[in-house]
This record gives sequence, structure tokens and C-alpha cells, in this order.
Amino acid sequence: MADSPPAVVTHNPELQHHFTTLEQQTEAAVMGMWVFLITEIMFFGGMFAGYMIYRFMYYQAWLEGSQHMDFWYGSINTVVLLCSSLTMALAVRSTQLGLRRSSVVLLLITILFGLAFLGIKGVEYYGHIVDEHQFPGPSFRFAGAYTAQVEMFFSFYFAMTGFHALHMVIGVGLVSFVAYHAWKGRYHAHYYTPVENVGLYWHFVDIVWIYLYPLFYLISHIHK
Amino acid sequence: MATTAVALSERENYLNKEYGITSWLFTTDHKRIALLYLITITFFFFIGGFFALLIRLELLTPEGDLLLADTYNKMFTMHGQVMVFFFLIPAVPAVLGNFLIPIMIGAKDLAFPRVNLLSWYLLAIGGCLMIYTILSGGVDTGWTFYTPLSTHFLDTHVITAALAIFVAGFSSILTGLNFIVTIHRMRAPGMTWSRLPLFVWANYATSIIQVLGTPVLAISLMLVALERIFNLGIFNPQLGGDPLLFQHLFWFYSHPAVYIMILPGMGVVSEIVTCFSRKRIFGYKFMALAVIAIAVLGFLVWAHHMFVAGISLYAAMVFSLLSYFVAVPSAIKVFNWTATMFKGSISYSTPMLYAFGFIGLFTMGGLTGLFVAALGIDVHVTDTYFVIAHFHYIMVGGMVMAYLGGMHFWWPKISGRMYPEFWGRLAAMIIFIGFNLTFFPQFVLGWLGMPRRYWQYSPEFQVLNVLSTAGATILAVGYLLPMLYFLWSMRYGKAAPENPWNGAGLEWKISSPPVTDNFDETPLVTWEAYNYDELPQEVPVGR
Repeated sequence: MADSPPAVVTHNPELQHHFTTLEQQTEAAVMGMWVFLITEIMFFGGMFAGYMIYRFMYYQAWLEGSQHMDFWYGSINTVVLLCSSLTMALAVRSTQLGLRRSSVVLLLITILFGLAFLGIKGVEYYGHIVDEHQFPGPSFRFAGAYTAQVEMFFSFYFAMTGFHALHMVIGVGLVSFVAYHAWKGRYHAHYYTPVENVGLYWHFVDIVWIYLYPLFYLISHIHK
Repeated sequence: MATTAVALSERENYLNKEYGITSWLFTTDHKRIALLYLITITFFFFIGGFFALLIRLELLTPEGDLLLADTYNKMFTMHGQVMVFFFLIPAVPAVLGNFLIPIMIGAKDLAFPRVNLLSWYLLAIGGCLMIYTILSGGVDTGWTFYTPLSTHFLDTHVITAALAIFVAGFSSILTGLNFIVTIHRMRAPGMTWSRLPLFVWANYATSIIQVLGTPVLAISLMLVALERIFNLGIFNPQLGGDPLLFQHLFWFYSHPAVYIMILPGMGVVSEIVTCFSRKRIFGYKFMALAVIAIAVLGFLVWAHHMFVAGISLYAAMVFSLLSYFVAVPSAIKVFNWTATMFKGSISYSTPMLYAFGFIGLFTMGGLTGLFVAALGIDVHVTDTYFVIAHFHYIMVGGMVMAYLGGMHFWWPKISGRMYPEFWGRLAAMIIFIGFNLTFFPQFVLGWLGMPRRYWQYSPEFQVLNVLSTAGATILAVGYLLPMLYFLWSMRYGKAAPENPWNGAGLEWKISSPPVTDNFDETPLVTWEAYNYDELPQEVPVGR
């Protein structure tokens, strides 16, 4: 039996036929995710650029609008997301170490944090739209100064946090997908790329919020 | 001959491995997906061409007689949108790139075969939305979707058109992503970066643009759609919104997109010129770096589309200067192709005729690009037919020529059949003549002051417009011919040998058509790219 090939690597059921080694497959998958995240940066970048230009042009209106953000909802959501990133990172680590139970539990906690964020965001949206009539368009009401430009501020608020929330919904779906497969025992110490990639995506969405939070919630508190 | 044809058809390859519609619609084989793309973009090419024909027919006479003014607006809008997003951008990368990149680098497939299939489905879904837009009455924003016209003043199908392009954009992004990872991670042993065929380099540069630029178009179109659906006011002047912001975001993608529409063509021409000159490419490293330089510089010149839109003079001067820089790598390409041909043993086969056409027409398109990059001249020719002629020389004279040249060059590999050489050369000549007759008069028209996007014009412009329309009909014949004889050759063409042109690339070392896994065993590359000095000085077929 001395001449039998090292069957463990080449016959891995997770190795797709067009890759030579599992290492090559993993490197390709992770690189693909990084390139995808670069496209996401460019996608959000368009809105960040618009935000920056108008904030420069209508700074007072931006301060005015920012005072109508709910500081506590925003701050609690920031903490929730940071915690979710921690559990996600720990889930990846657990999967790498082959700890199936703990990785499933950590992924489930991550999902719960994600849902909590979306719930809080929903309550916040409800307040802005239904109670305060701050959604842009014919129903927009604003009593303070710079009404038109504040409406623009809220356009950015809803566009940017809305796209972020959409990414959160997709993220919750992806984490659920890997949590299910982790529970089924598909991942182990030699094959955990999907968990790692979903983790990268989750951290990216988290980082977007880390920028959105100060840009919308904190600017008036600094300058008052 | 009959026995070899039978033997060929009996040998298993990617075409005859499986039959039936599902074996195509659910395939993950990059070669089959390339053919799905080929069918799709050919369909859209003829739709876009139909709109172009209506435009040219309307402009046959100075009066607006064939179409209503509003219908005319829709014609040029949908001509632009269909041709740019559903033909030119996917043309070379998604068809030839998809087919050839894994083979040229010695891989079995792209890194993400299922994502590759998803890309095609996204283009197909976007295409269906575009067809729906056309059938339900069309859209008349101009292909540029400028705000506030697109957001506040039109009641045509702006949202579905924007959505169609949004979805097709993700097809383009995923193709670019797949190519980047494939070229980084899937190269065969010995296939170093400095041995990559220039076609691969060109597609790599294109992919960088697709990945970095297209998301910005996606968000811009999304914001236009949100402004129409939910009254968000990001481009709304009533709220202090700046329509120029949209133009900046749009051109941040759409100028680099022009290079998506030319760089892959440059890659094709590099392959053809070396093969039919029987010479190593002149200045390989410069050629490789030039495409990367064009991709990078392409991101720094977008505002030259906005010289008369009201940007600051200083910004305009910087953008003008940077636009001139693009001429440097472009000139390197042209000079090096010429230097490659110098003292080569040139054969005038069909692909080479297209490559000649490309080099000449691209040079004219590029040089007139310098005219419009100059601030003073641009004020004179902005929104005239001069600009129309300029970019059609690049996109149709350049890219479509290169695409057709590539289709002829690799058709034996793709289909396993030879096309009829006489008809190939004839079509190439007809296209070259028809193209110049269509678009050269437009340079003159623009210089004399005929504006674009009008369905009527002053009677003194008629002679040149009649010439242009006559050229367009010749061009139409030229484009129909290859489609007909390619289809003919699939049944009646001579069986293609492995290497009909004595080409140097890896794609010529495998059977025609290739087997599903491309290579029987992973190749080991020990030679430099374009080692034509070690190959026969003859092109065996098609002399």
C-alpha cells in the first residue's frame, strides 16, 4: 500500500472538478468574496460621495436634519451590530477548529443580533415616516429651517440606511444558510470557506453602518 | 474527406457531449455559456441595428417625415441602451473571453462556473426587461438618463429601462469578478504573468473597470428609480439637488465603460496581428502595461463629457489634460501593432483584414478623441455629429471590427468548422466600406454644426446625410453576411483542424472543438507567449 496516493486531499468531496487542490479552491473563493466587497464599496461609494457634496453645500441643513435622528436607537443598533460581528468572528473560528455545536450556536446568535438590528431600525423608520412625516415627497413635513435641504438630508438617510438594511436582510439569509449547513455537519477544519465568506460579507455590512452612524446621528451632537 | 468528417463528429467534444435544451440552460461549461451569450448578444445587435436603421431612414430627408419627434427620441435612446449594455459591453468578454480565457491560461473552467451561468441569466433577465420596455412604448431619456429630465419630466418607461440596465450591470460585474479570480488563481504551471496572451491581459484590464465602475452606475440608476418611485430627492433641483452630481456619477462609470468597449478588442487584435504576421508581438511588456494604464487613466477623465455642462474651468483644464494622457498608451498599442507587422510575413486572411480595419479606424477614432478633449474645440463640436462619428469610429469601427475579427479567428475552434474564406474577406471589405461611408460624412456634418438627437435638419446637410444612410444599408448587408455563412458553415463547412492558422496560443494545442475539460491533462507551459519564430512561417488554411 506504499504506492497509494494521498487520498485525503484529492478525493475530498468538496473539491470541485476544475480545481487542482482544495487550497486553490479556497483561495479562489475568498479572493472572489474580496473582489465582490470592492464592488460593494463602489456601490455605497456613490451615495457617500453625494452625501459629502451636499453636506458641504448645505451644512446647516445637515445639522438640522441630524437633530431629528434618534440618538439612542442609532447607538443601540451600533452596539448590536458590533456584538454580531464578534459572534460571527467567533463562529468562523469555531468552524475552523471543527467545533460544530458552538459554531451553530454562534451563528444563531448572529442571526438574532441581525434581526434585532432590523427590528429596531423598523421601529425607527415607523417613527420617522408615520409619526413625524419625514419621508421625502408630497407627505414630507418639517417645521424648522432649510425645509427643502432637510428633505434632501432625509432622502440620503432613507436611501443609505435602506440599502444598508437590505444588505442586512441578505446577510441574515446567508448566515441562516451556513448555519443550516453547519448544523448538518458540512463544514469541518479542512473545509469552512462558505462560513468564512459569509463572515467577510457580514463584517463589511457592519462596517458600512459604522460609517453611517456618525454621519447621520452624531454630526449635530458634536457641533451644538 | 468524408471519413475525417465522420470521425470528427463522432469524437466527443463540448458540443456533442450532451443534447437537449436543459443541457444548455443548466450548463456550467464556460464554452457553452459563451455560446448562450453569443446567441443573446447577436439578437440584441440586430434589435439595436434595427433602431439605427430607422434613425438613418428618418435622416434621409431634412423634414421629420418617417417618425414623430417623440418616436425618434425613443429610437436613438433605445439604440444606445441596447447596443451599449446588451451588445458592446458583453460582446468580446462574455463571448470570446468566456470561451478562451480558461483555455488560454490552461484551466478547465472559470473559477466560478455557476456564477458564470448566473451572469448569463442576469443578462437574459435584463434583456427581457429591456424588450418589455421596448414593447410597452419605450423610453426617451437618451442612453445617459440625465436628470432632472429622467426623474421629473418624462412619463415613459424610465424605471423598467433603468432596472434592465441595473440587472445587466450585475451580469457584467460578475463576469469581471470571475475573470479576475480566474486569471489570478487558475493559471497552469509555467503560465506566468509575463507569458499570458495579451488577450488575457486586455480582459483583465477590462474586468478591473467592470468591477470598479459598474456598481457606481448601478447606484446612480437606482437613485433615479427611487426618485421616480418614492420621491427621494437626491437629484431634485427644488430641494437644492444638483443635476451635475448625476452626470458625475454616470460618467464615472460610463467613461470607463467606453474602455470596457475597446480594451478587449485590442486584445483580439494583438492575437490576430502576431499570428498573421508570423512574428512575436513587438514590446510585449509595453502592450500589457498599456491596457492596464488605459484602464487606470480611464477612471480619471470622466468629466470631459461635461465641459459645457457648467463645471469649473480649472476642473475642465485638469480633465482635458488627463484625457490627453490616454493617448499615450493608446498610441503605444497602435505603434506596436504596426511594428509587429513590419517585416513580418503577412497573410491577408479574413481575421487579418478585420485587424487592419480595426487599427485604421481606431486610430481615426482616437485622434478625433483628441479634438474633443481640447476645451476650445469641444465647445464647438459638443452634441454634434462630430462626437457621434468619433465614438462610432471607436465602438463600431474599433470594437465591432475586433469582435468580428475574433469570431472569424476562433470560429474553427468554437464550432469545429471552417467558414468560407472568400465570403469572409468579401464581408470584411463590405463592412469597411459601409462603415466609412456611414460615419465619415458625420465628421463633416458635425464640424459644419449639425446637432445630434434632432429628427429634422437644415436642407444643406442633406447630401452628407444621404451618403451616411447609403453607407448604413451597405453596413447592414456586411453584418448579415457573417451571420449567414457562420450558420451555413456549422453544417456544410469543412472540418477544422486543431490549428488552422499555426497559432501559438494554448487554444491551438487542443482539439477543435475542445472537449468539455479543455485539456486531457493540465499543460505545463515552458515557452514564451507568441513564439512565432519557433513555428512554421506558413498559415496553412485560408490563403
